[in-house]
Amino acid sequence: MENIILNSLDYPILSWTVFLPLIGAVVLLFLKRADVIRWTSLGVTAATFVISLPLLSNFDKGTYKMQFVERYEWIPSWGINYFIGIDGISILFIFLTTILSILCVLVSWRAVETKIKEFHIAILTMEAGMLGVFVALDFFLFYLFWEAMLIPMFLLIGVWGGQNRVYAAIKFFLYTLVGSVLMLVGIVVLYFYGGRTLDILALSSMQYPVTLQYWLFIAFFAAFAVKVPMFPVHTWLPDAHTEAPTAGSVILAGVLIKMGAYGFLRFSMPMLPDATRFFMWPVLILSIVAIIYGALVCFAQKDFKRLIAYSSVSHMGFVTLGIFALNTQGLEGGILQMLNHGIVTGAMFLMIGMIYERTHTRVIADYGGFARLVPWYAGFFIILTLASIGLPSTNGFIGEFLIIFSAFKAKKLLGVFAATGIILGAGYMLRLYQNIFFEKANPDYETPGGHHPVWDLNAREVLTLIPLIVFIFWIGFYPNAFLSYMHASVQHLIEQVNQTAYAGQESLIAEYIREIF
Amino acid sequence: MVKYILIPLLPFIAFVITILFGRNHIKDKAHWIAVPAVFASFILAVSAFMDVLGGKVININIYSWIVSGDFNVSMGFLIDQLTAVMLMVVTSISTLIFIYSIGYMHGDGGYYRFFAYLSLFVFSMLILVMANNYLLLYFGWEAVGLCSYFLIGFWFHKKSAADAGKKAFIVNRFGDFGFGLGVILIFLTFGSLEYVKVFDSAGTVAGQTINILGYQFDTITVICLLLFCGAVGKSAQLPLHVWLPDAMEGPTPVSALIHAATMVTAGVFMVARSNPLFNLSASAMATVAVVGGVTALFAATIALVQNDIKRVIAYSTVSQLGYMFLALGVGAYTAGIFHLYTHAYFKALLFLGAGSVIHALHDEQNMQKMGGLKKYMPITYWVFILASLSISGIPGFAGFFSKDEILWRAYLSGGLGRFLWFLAAGAALLTAFYSFRLIYLTFHGKFRGTREQEHHLHESPPVMTVPLMFLAVGAVAAGWVGIPPIFMEHADKIGEFLAPVLGHPAGEGSHAEELAVMGISITVALAGILIAYIMYIRKTDLPGKLGAMFQPVYRLLYNKYWVDELYSKTIVQPTLKASDRIILGFFDAKIIEGIVNGVPALIGAFSRRFRAIQTGLLSTYGLAMVLGAVFIIGFWIFLK
Repeated sequence: MENIILNSLDYPILSWTVFLPLIGAVVLLFLKRADVIRWTSLGVTAATFVISLPLLSNFDKGTYKMQFVERYEWIPSWGINYFIGIDGISILFIFLTTILSILCVLVSWRAVETKIKEFHIAILTMEAGMLGVFVALDFFLFYLFWEAMLIPMFLLIGVWGGQNRVYAAIKFFLYTLVGSVLMLVGIVVLYFYGGRTLDILALSSMQYPVTLQYWLFIAFFAAFAVKVPMFPVHTWLPDAHTEAPTAGSVILAGVLIKMGAYGFLRFSMPMLPDATRFFMWPVLILSIVAIIYGALVCFAQKDFKRLIAYSSVSHMGFVTLGIFALNTQGLEGGILQMLNHGIVTGAMFLMIGMIYERTHTRVIADYGGFARLVPWYAGFFIILTLASIGLPSTNGFIGEFLIIFSAFKAKKLLGVFAATGIILGAGYMLRLYQNIFFEKANPDYETPGGHHPVWDLNAREVLTLIPLIVFIFWIGFYPNAFLSYMHASVQHLIEQVNQTAYAGQESLIAEYIREIF
Repeated sequence: MVKYILIPLLPFIAFVITILFGRNHIKDKAHWIAVPAVFASFILAVSAFMDVLGGKVININIYSWIVSGDFNVSMGFLIDQLTAVMLMVVTSISTLIFIYSIGYMHGDGGYYRFFAYLSLFVFSMLILVMANNYLLLYFGWEAVGLCSYFLIGFWFHKKSAADAGKKAFIVNRFGDFGFGLGVILIFLTFGSLEYVKVFDSAGTVAGQTINILGYQFDTITVICLLLFCGAVGKSAQLPLHVWLPDAMEGPTPVSALIHAATMVTAGVFMVARSNPLFNLSASAMATVAVVGGVTALFAATIALVQNDIKRVIAYSTVSQLGYMFLALGVGAYTAGIFHLYTHAYFKALLFLGAGSVIHALHDEQNMQKMGGLKKYMPITYWVFILASLSISGIPGFAGFFSKDEILWRAYLSGGLGRFLWFLAAGAALLTAFYSFRLIYLTFHGKFRGTREQEHHLHESPPVMTVPLMFLAVGAVAAGWVGIPPIFMEHADKIGEFLAPVLGHPAGEGSHAEELAVMGISITVALAGILIAYIMYIRKTDLPGKLGAMFQPVYRLLYNKYWVDELYSKTIVQPTLKASDRIILGFFDAKIIEGIVNGVPALIGAFSRRFRAIQTGLLSTYGLAMVLGAVFIIGFWIFLK
């Protein structure tokens, strides 16, 4: 195979990274004491992060090829292999996942007091599933991880969630499953069409008739659009994010919803270039709608957590906008914005969890004046707010700027509409900040004197937030440290998208669809 | 190189230290970090100014900031004549404001926070003026917006302050919306964001057009208008002026900083910086001139009737900024920057003087409740007089030279310019009037406040009055670097200094004309002062009578033309209502969720119906089987 680089390290680093959390989950089964479970879980997530570090130092930024590849025959009669590897698009997500997992364990230290063992097993299984999705290069393996993630997340929401958790969990599960099933059909079609192989790289280098591409694109789109989530299939998100326990929300917002966009990058674009170019405009328009619609909905939210959840719809609109602008800045901006969103919104959910432990309310109107009551908390939250509204010096600016740039480059009007997102974003976030932190404080929370006096961040909580804050400014001041990983892979992806497989052979159906749009 | 980097870096370091350790360790000693830092910046700025004076222009790229495909931009600084002047203005006035704040903010619970934000503000403004490319300019641009948010909303427990801070940020974002798109369009047109590269190739782009919705527009014009959107927001011009008067919710030194040294001057600076682009677009220039001229008069009319001492000065800033844009719009960039520089001194002085008054009266801001302060606060009174003479344009004072240069250039540009000159001259009359109305109401006559207040009246401490005196020197003498050739040959030092960056303004006029225009300016200024004297010293019942006589006009002006109310009704409220009722309440909850929850409900309803068939009675099942068998057999027989 010419487009892979076999693992140059003398141990299977990717397999270790993916399966260490799973081994940890098994170990947890045999533990009893709550604190031992917590420390073990923390140790496992930290170890996973540490053993994944050589990936960064040994990564060759100069090539688009898959690196650290491991490949073994698994079920040869069906053409299924154990085939994993990473490139410039997936590498950063590995670290997003491993870092957020550590923080999820930390933030749940005191927040989760029931079924502690099961909770941490779910978190670790979840981590393994997410890492698996990002490294899988075989469709069977990919689908396995993709679906495997659903179960622990379903349990996290349904067991440790808020009041309306069962409804939210089922909604999340069904929504995602409907999309996934269509993707499965797409995979089966590819399997037969590609000569009974599930090798993602081999399937990516093949050419498919245009009409087939359209159908496949729609099948994959169903799965990925729900995950992102794109407008109008976004309504599972506010319920799931809001009802999930803090760690669940962080994983959902931080990593899980990135999988949809990752799917576009890994499958839809390289495999179905003609369809991608064909469906580019509808997707771009849906993205713009998501940006504006998601932002407007935020103005009407009365629930702290729900507002942040809805803001994800708007932010992920930026991501898909950048990706489907199909130029370098858009793709790199889109990928970077996925990381940014994972960092910033992840951190916001962490912080909402922290304050909820103190106030036991998510209703915005119950807050007020918290800048005086919990000044350090307010200080951390303003940094997140600013990153969320894309202030220069934070990571949000770099991502949003590159994306608006790319949209403007693709079509001026798109850039103009996308830019309205920065006004609306400032509007709802500063409004939220004012309502939570400024003006008069709810006397209940006064220290001393209130019924539920609140206290400022403790050392564990500060420790949880610091890494994310560091990334916010690191990416803001020196984004090249991150963008440089993507260059080669993004360049290759653009070349793939721009090759026309079956020029001039568009079917009548294609013509018909074109008429509609 | 390190020297230049330290200019913005020192205030930034002061910010980081103060914000991290202020609450628990530094507390009320915060000024020991911030003041030396900004003063050191000032010294370095002087040194940089000297370097530029010696013929050096510094343009350095420190590191590559964002690289993505063909997009490439660096963190880099450009210190040329224009930047050198801005550095002097920003650091010198900031230093004085910092020192003044030691006295003014003494005892405030957020003392350390105040100095931290002030330092961040200065850092942001220095980045803004020192940037060598448009994206770094945008960085500083947004950062000053952020600092204004923090500082205007400094007393955040007050709803009005929190609202005002938010408003400043969001209104500015409306301008930045255009500015950001302008920056993107510059890159797509020129392939770079670095000033030097953009301006060098500006000529080659002239005449190119850009397609917007099927229409062809001149590319440079579109770029300039987009950039100007940003300037309109940041420099509080019509129609985005609404945030600036509310900005006085912040502590008074903040108002001085925002109105004089930082923030609002950014728009003027940016347009002046982009002069090679603006020069290529007559229509963009005309837009700038008209917005400036109209704003100058518009804001001056509002200032006539306000009773809040800071509000009068705030509208005066909007008006004076209008003058600066008028100058830029008629191609007299030097005059615009000259006025920015003189205005910085007298406006900082007016605000800090007002702060001194408010301090003495324990936070009373209504001028109707002041009066007769002259004898209690002589220093404040006299510096106020100097600043007011300067802003009114009385010969010899700083404001005279710069304002007269603007009026003369507007007059010279003919046609539209002459009309705008007329508006600006009218605004000059109003300026003199409201400035002296403020003085007469505040310092002359009898004290109209409470006995309690009168008992406590006192001059401010030296830590506040000494900066006032320094600023007063500037308000008087700052203009002497720009004496027009008609009085003295080669005395227009600032014009000559800035010429390499800003060029020479076009147009020539006769000496007689120039003297006539000057004569008119002086006459209207004196007339304004005289009218104020008559109305507020001689016949003090006159303002009330006039107000009653022209009730509708008075109410229109007093309510600031109801612009805020208009925006609230047409933009803010509809957005909130639409998002609540239409988007969330109807579309999200009813339509999308209707489908999402409706499909399972439908399936449920069907299954409930069909469930009825499963009765569990064998006889029913048997009957169904027999009927089915009969039906199939019959079907088979008859069709065969």
